[in-house]
Amino acid sequence: MDWTFVLTQTLTQAIGIQAIIYCLAAIGLNVQFGYTGLLNFGQVAFVAAGSYAVGVIVLTFDLSLWLAIVVGIVVALVIALILGIPTLRLRADYLAIVTIAFSELVRLTVRSIAFKDVLGGAQGLNGKLGQDFHDTNPLPADFQSLPVLSWTRQDLWVVIVGWIVVALFTLLVWLLVRSPWGRIVRGIREDEAAVVSLGKNVFAYKLQALMLGGVIGAFGGIVWAVAKQSVQPDTFRPEFTFFAYTILLLGGAARVFGPIVGAILFWIILAGTGEFLGQAIQAGWIDFLQPTDVGNIRFVLMGSGLIALMVFRPQGIFGDRRELALDAK
Amino acid sequence: MPNDQAVSNSMAASAHAALSTVEPRPGVPKPDPIMVADHVRRSFGGLTAVNVEHVEIQRGAITALIGPNGAGKTTFFNLITGFDDANEGTWTFNGRQVAGTAPYKLARIGMVRTFQLTKALSRMTVIDNMRLGAKHQTGERFFAAILPFLWNSQEKSVGERAMGLLERFNLHEKVEDFAGSLSGGQRKLLEMARALMADPELIMLDEPMAGVNPALKQSLLGHIKTMREEGTTVLFVEHDMDMVHDISDWVIVMAQGEVIAEGPPDTVMKDQAVIDAYLGAHHEAQLTETGESLTESSDGDSA
Ligand SMILES: Nc1ncnc2c1ncn2[C@@H]1O[C@H](COP(=O)(O)OP(=O)(O)OP(=O)(O)O)[C@@H](O)[C@H]1O
Ligand SMILES: [Mg+2]
Repeated sequence: MDWTFVLTQTLTQAIGIQAIIYCLAAIGLNVQFGYTGLLNFGQVAFVAAGSYAVGVIVLTFDLSLWLAIVVGIVVALVIALILGIPTLRLRADYLAIVTIAFSELVRLTVRSIAFKDVLGGAQGLNGKLGQDFHDTNPLPADFQSLPVLSWTRQDLWVVIVGWIVVALFTLLVWLLVRSPWGRIVRGIREDEAAVVSLGKNVFAYKLQALMLGGVIGAFGGIVWAVAKQSVQPDTFRPEFTFFAYTILLLGGAARVFGPIVGAILFWIILAGTGEFLGQAIQAGWIDFLQPTDVGNIRFVLMGSGLIALMVFRPQGIFGDRRELALDAK
Repeated sequence: MPNDQAVSNSMAASAHAALSTVEPRPGVPKPDPIMVADHVRRSFGGLTAVNVEHVEIQRGAITALIGPNGAGKTTFFNLITGFDDANEGTWTFNGRQVAGTAPYKLARIGMVRTFQLTKALSRMTVIDNMRLGAKHQTGERFFAAILPFLWNSQEKSVGERAMGLLERFNLHEKVEDFAGSLSGGQRKLLEMARALMADPELIMLDEPMAGVNPALKQSLLGHIKTMREEGTTVLFVEHDMDMVHDISDWVIVMAQGEVIAEGPPDTVMKDQAVIDAYLGAHHEAQLTETGESLTESSDGDSA
């Protein structure tokens, strides 16, 4: 059994591109759910908006990636308005229902044959989506690989810039939540009516939180499209959103670093168990599993881990237990 | 201090004087109303919870809104402050038509309420609860929020004002505690102090004394009187008749959604319609525990 392989693979994935994408989605959810208490179950729609903005602008219309990023932001803002304006005045559960339905609606629309010319149908959009970005790669052309982390030259550049984007959004969230703006959204999470009674336009703040979280999620989608040079409609299934929630809860909701810790942990668990089981089966240690089972077993383990966390440390890794001990109202 | 005392006396006295000539009957006009409501009606299915023909709240006075359980007091509060939508009716605040106005806007123009079921923001500290109440904060705007130098000094002055109020309400040792860790009575105090942070012109308190021990009640009474001395109009709902008798300049009585009586505390509590509404017709009981305190003095110590 090759332990070095298990460890290096796990580490590479723990801080790799997928971790960055999920981390960004989870930072968005942290603004919406963690701080403001908005149950957005359709975060994947914002991620898809970012990915498809890149795909459509760069591939279909042959325009620049930088324009695509602006379009991705604008589309995310528009989606937030469309979802938020009718639902944010209603009880919290309405947003949850509408967002999850909307995210499926988005997926089914972008993969439909009707828009195949623009959106690529079920095959999605494949091509040199991230070329404008990869052209900026400052790494030496003969770059082989880092010692432990097995990224290609292209992936390493994505990882570096990806974590910088994560850091910038984390900084933005940190600045916001410690400000009077953050006080209001936390108040909304605790009791909307009380905040209204103090003269704050709660609806506007909820909309702002939804928009900000959506834009951060869209950046996850942009990173995805740039890194993979491909946009696939069926990657934007509802479980993406639930994995992002898992990450948020792992790290601790309403903690600035929660999504980062959560994303790394999530991929350590997922990649680590996957690589370990794969190796163990190969080495003949486990004979009741086939290599093809590994993918699913990982999620069984992840689910069990999440349940254990909720039982023994419901506040997440970073959370403050005192806070949870207080009754919510 | 003597100066304060003089002001305080004069405020109480002027409220009394202004209302002394007002006839004690439902819907009577007041010399200087801050709020005037007309034909306000709200039904839940077949039940008419509120049906107020006309009522005026005198500026600068402490007005009590009393009535048996289910009389519609809280619903009336909800309607007036925009937290619930009336089926019909109009009302003005400072002469301005405000029916249908969003509740946060009403709070901004000076009509601030508290809730019968206290709404402390549990997982926020006491001081953050207080700071939330302050108006016109630059840092509450999204883009200004990320530039702390724009709002740091304002934050400091807001914090100082909050500390002052917390001291007054005896919560200064709880500043950094989570509001959720406070006792029920302390939460009532916090909610009231937080409402004051919003600089209300009319503060509407829904059962501020409920669940508060007698010693604390006395200090709460003091706080409410202080609000009047500072020029704030107070409208409060309360079931404790001795308290109502002790501090209110005027009492409005609701039963089954309607205003059935109005007047100074002494007059109202002797009103047969009021006693009937509370205790049912044909009874011998008194509304306060010590019958005398209704008419004689205001030492209303019900403990
Ligand atoms: N949301 C609602 N749906 C249906 N009925 C309601 C609703 N809110 C209040 N009611 C009814 O309206 C009536 C008045 O209720 P309200 O809460 O205003 O009474 P109250 O005077 O505040 O009583 P209390 O002194 O017990 O607080 C009650 O009969 C109540 O059952
Ligand atoms: Mg009530």
